[in-house]
Amino acid sequence: MTAADSLLVHASGLVKRFGDVEAVRGIDVGVRRGEAFGFLGPNGAGKSSTMRMIACVSPRSAGELRVLGMDPQRDGPRIRARLGVVPQQDTLDNELTVRQNLQVYGRYFGLSRDTVRRKAVELMEFAQLSDRAEDQVEPLSGGMKRRLTIARSLVNDPELLLLDEPTIGLDPQARHLLWDRLYQLRHAGVTLILTTHYMDEAEQLCDRLVVMDGGRIVAEGSPAELIARYSTREVLELRFAPGHQRDALPVVATLADRVEVLPDRLLLYTADGEASLAAVHERDVRPASTLIRRSTLEDVFLRLTGRSLVD
Amino acid sequence: MAHELTAPPRPGRGDQTEQRPSPLLRIVPPGLYAGRARMLVERSFLVNRRSWLAVVSGFFEPLFFLFALGLGFGTLVSTVTGPDGQPMDYVAFVAPALLAASAMNGAVYDATINIFHKMRYAKLYDAVLSTPLGPLDVAVGETSWALLRGGLYAAGFVVVLLGMGLVSSAWGLLALPAALLVAFAFAAVGMAATTFMRSWQDFDLVNLAVMPLFLFSTTFYPLSVYPRPLRIAVECLPLYHGVALLRGLVTGYVHWGLLGHVLYLVLMAVVGLLVATKRIARLLLR
Repeated sequence: MTAADSLLVHASGLVKRFGDVEAVRGIDVGVRRGEAFGFLGPNGAGKSSTMRMIACVSPRSAGELRVLGMDPQRDGPRIRARLGVVPQQDTLDNELTVRQNLQVYGRYFGLSRDTVRRKAVELMEFAQLSDRAEDQVEPLSGGMKRRLTIARSLVNDPELLLLDEPTIGLDPQARHLLWDRLYQLRHAGVTLILTTHYMDEAEQLCDRLVVMDGGRIVAEGSPAELIARYSTREVLELRFAPGHQRDALPVVATLADRVEVLPDRLLLYTADGEASLAAVHERDVRPASTLIRRSTLEDVFLRLTGRSLVD
Repeated sequence: MAHELTAPPRPGRGDQTEQRPSPLLRIVPPGLYAGRARMLVERSFLVNRRSWLAVVSGFFEPLFFLFALGLGFGTLVSTVTGPDGQPMDYVAFVAPALLAASAMNGAVYDATINIFHKMRYAKLYDAVLSTPLGPLDVAVGETSWALLRGGLYAAGFVVVLLGMGLVSSAWGLLALPAALLVAFAFAAVGMAATTFMRSWQDFDLVNLAVMPLFLFSTTFYPLSVYPRPLRIAVECLPLYHGVALLRGLVTGYVHWGLLGHVLYLVLMAVVGLLVATKRIARLLLR
């Protein structure tokens, strides 16, 4: 029994190519039982490609991958029998009702008719969809469809749940309801792997995460570790009329460990925001407004992927 | 790791079939087939339960043709050379061919337009393939539905033929399984063709293929009307074999040559299924 065997997902040097394009360029990942693990990164970073390889619906181009101790290439159906998958775009069955969606999906896993009937009732309760049981799927709201997709992914009592951008396109209430359901699952011992480009989501949900950029892993750790390693304790935001932030840049550049330039503001990374703000005022810089806040994963993300400057 | 693989099945798992691989499972590469194609048939049944009227409507198509061509046109023609070389009643000549053609039409319709929609727009198979089911389960399950549907029409049509006294032999009862075979072969090839389609415009090509099959596969007149080179071409057409098989059974002209037609259709079904499976894997398991 080596360390690698206790991992639910273990990848080393994992590569995915589409023709000449290398979407995933040799990543090493280990996900432990019971944890919530996140893939964070901008669009096109290779998160979804990685998730599809783990879900055994996309063969790897090179490298090693073990899921639940098995090889996806050889044991795909056996692995998939123990996975739950929430794809980025809902793939609900629009020709069936809410209840039938859950029942039919359960049948694909070989569950008996009695079992899927019972499961559907449980899961509709879990997803707060019991009163829509006999409705068609099409007219449901985005949040309801997402909840149904998650409920559907649980029909086989998966040990490992894969969620690709679980809350994309949802309003804040719907997101919080979904997060609440995901907490419950994590509490029940289900291992979660999720991709997201929402920093608050990653901070809320993940025990551990990797930041991907351009098909590679550029950082790894818990949200707190990453913030400590790649950012400062506090951030001082100076807002200006668009364009004027560049005039102030040379004056304040020496007041912080690092300065990030956004279209309408400067972000000063500093251990003590109050002290930096006082220094800014001393140098006669007059921003339209100021804000002192704690560093978040978003700051880590900006630093690691340089996205504030690129797009 | 050992505990992962030998863990006892968890309670509530129901009738898992993974433990007993079917013969098919042993000859296809791992991961393509979970032996659970029937779950997709179950799904189709659920979906069509509400729209059974639309399903049943397909039964009338061959009936209309039978009345128009057989009873209407047939009064002008009256007799034609049958498969055994003897003159026979025109209605009895056309009826089994219409059975074959309707099996083809029903299967092709289901396996092309319906499957294209489910594959490209409804993303049904993306969801299915994230479960233990593989592309061969999809191909077998969906063609099975097309064939059941075609079988339903065929059964109704056979009853009509019996009622009209157009079945002149006990062999005619084999017309039903034979019509199912025709439906199966066309459903499998239709599904394989669908995986190559890029847009709805491409379906015009399906019509372009099906229409001449329907008209020229000795459906309405015997092979002997064609000059020799054309005869050979017609004998290569898949519907010709369906028509010849059904006409042989329904008219009671049963001979070993019918097995050749059966073989042709079986091969067609197998090749269609294999191509469809490969293509689904290539399109969806990238």
